[in-house]
Amino acid sequence: MNVIPLGAFELSLASLLVLLLAFLSFWHRLEIERPLLIAALRTAVQLSLIGLVLNVVFSTVNFYLVVLIWSLMLAAAGWEVMSRQKVRVKGPARFLIGTSSMLVSSFSIMVLTLTLVIKVEPWYSPRYAIPILGMLLGNTMNGVALAMNAFSNLAWTRWQMIEQRLALGQTSVEAIEDIWRESVRTGLIPIINSMAAAGLVSLPGMMTGQILAGNTAGEAVRYQILIMFMISSGTGFGVILSLWLMRRKMFDARERLRLRESFYRIEPVGSKK
Amino acid sequence: MNGLRLENLSFLGRGPYTFAVEPGQVLGLHGASGAGKSLLLRAIADLEPHEGHLCLGQTACNEISGPHWRRQVAYLPAESFWWHERVGQHFKVPPAASWLQQLGFTSEVMDWEINRLSTGEKQRLAIFRLLQNRPKALLLDEPTASLDQGSISRVENFILDYLKENSAPAIWVSHDPVQLKRVASRRFEILVGGEMRELA
Repeated sequence: MNVIPLGAFELSLASLLVLLLAFLSFWHRLEIERPLLIAALRTAVQLSLIGLVLNVVFSTVNFYLVVLIWSLMLAAAGWEVMSRQKVRVKGPARFLIGTSSMLVSSFSIMVLTLTLVIKVEPWYSPRYAIPILGMLLGNTMNGVALAMNAFSNLAWTRWQMIEQRLALGQTSVEAIEDIWRESVRTGLIPIINSMAAAGLVSLPGMMTGQILAGNTAGEAVRYQILIMFMISSGTGFGVILSLWLMRRKMFDARERLRLRESFYRIEPVGSKK
Repeated sequence: MNGLRLENLSFLGRGPYTFAVEPGQVLGLHGASGAGKSLLLRAIADLEPHEGHLCLGQTACNEISGPHWRRQVAYLPAESFWWHERVGQHFKVPPAASWLQQLGFTSEVMDWEINRLSTGEKQRLAIFRLLQNRPKALLLDEPTASLDQGSISRVENFILDYLKENSAPAIWVSHDPVQLKRVASRRFEILVGGEMRELA
């Protein structure tokens, strides 16, 4: 593998572009320079730190260390999903629903892939297990966040329609079926779109990275197909599971709508008063 | 023959309410807005958690599932909501032509778009939609509020016919005391605190 080494000089050249963009934003009062610079700084710092950590983790094959890293990744993804919800479940469930759905879907697919498809020895080898979970979680997180947000928002705004359907004797599942369907679609459309455009419009990031790092295109393609299938199924199972858990919170045992009692709405930050 | 019976029914700090509506009988209910008329109907439809005893004939509310109860004890909210694009999609079986005619529709109404319905049309169609499960008791919240005088008496007769044919009890909420005198055999008033008293 002949990788052209990237040094501080090359990276600072790239950072000049970001600075230029920030300057442009400042000049035209677009007011996006602050978030842009902060995010760029976070990328640099977070990735450098994780680089240091991964160097250590990759050099040893310690199951407990890998589990610790997985848990941190999962908790971060769960936190991110929760903070993107405008209408949240009350109590610890607001964090646990998204987190447990991602745990079940991403972890089981990761373990299946590592043991049956890639067949790494041992299956938790950090060099495979951490990046694969990262890719799965990153995508599942987006899907689950989009779907949960759509589900609770739609239910919050259309509660009268849900109650009307309950009053006509429909079950809770029937009364919310169109909102359910719409939310599952919302969660899955990004990954379906990116599978449809893969290779035609975009070379997915992982494949690009592999090619840049000197792998053959054929190998990069096969890994990419594998990853895409895992990501889409992981996202799909995660989305369905999280909405299923959320729906259980919306209705009680007598199938009454309990939206105002079990959910609360975050007022949008920075909205005009 | 199924009467509707409430024994010490309480919910959200209201009640306890104890009364019965006999088969085929209409209990009229009126009171200031915010007094909790709709809340009472919602509790009887088991859409609000409640304590106490609630039964239809020999069947207690908690013996059957919520949806099963609500198919028998049908609640008509003051404002109707529609979720499909066309009227007919809200019906498993379209209402009989003779029914449609009684409220001034033809069977073409099933193809109409919901967006084009007037409030009054929605209100009349909501009654057909409510009756498609052949409920054994009716809880009616202002069923004629946005209708003109001609339609009001047609709707009243239509509902009263249904109740008589099926010996079904009903609770009828209205702002109009004259209407309640026409349709109801017993009339109650709900006061702002939730207290209920019978009117002579």
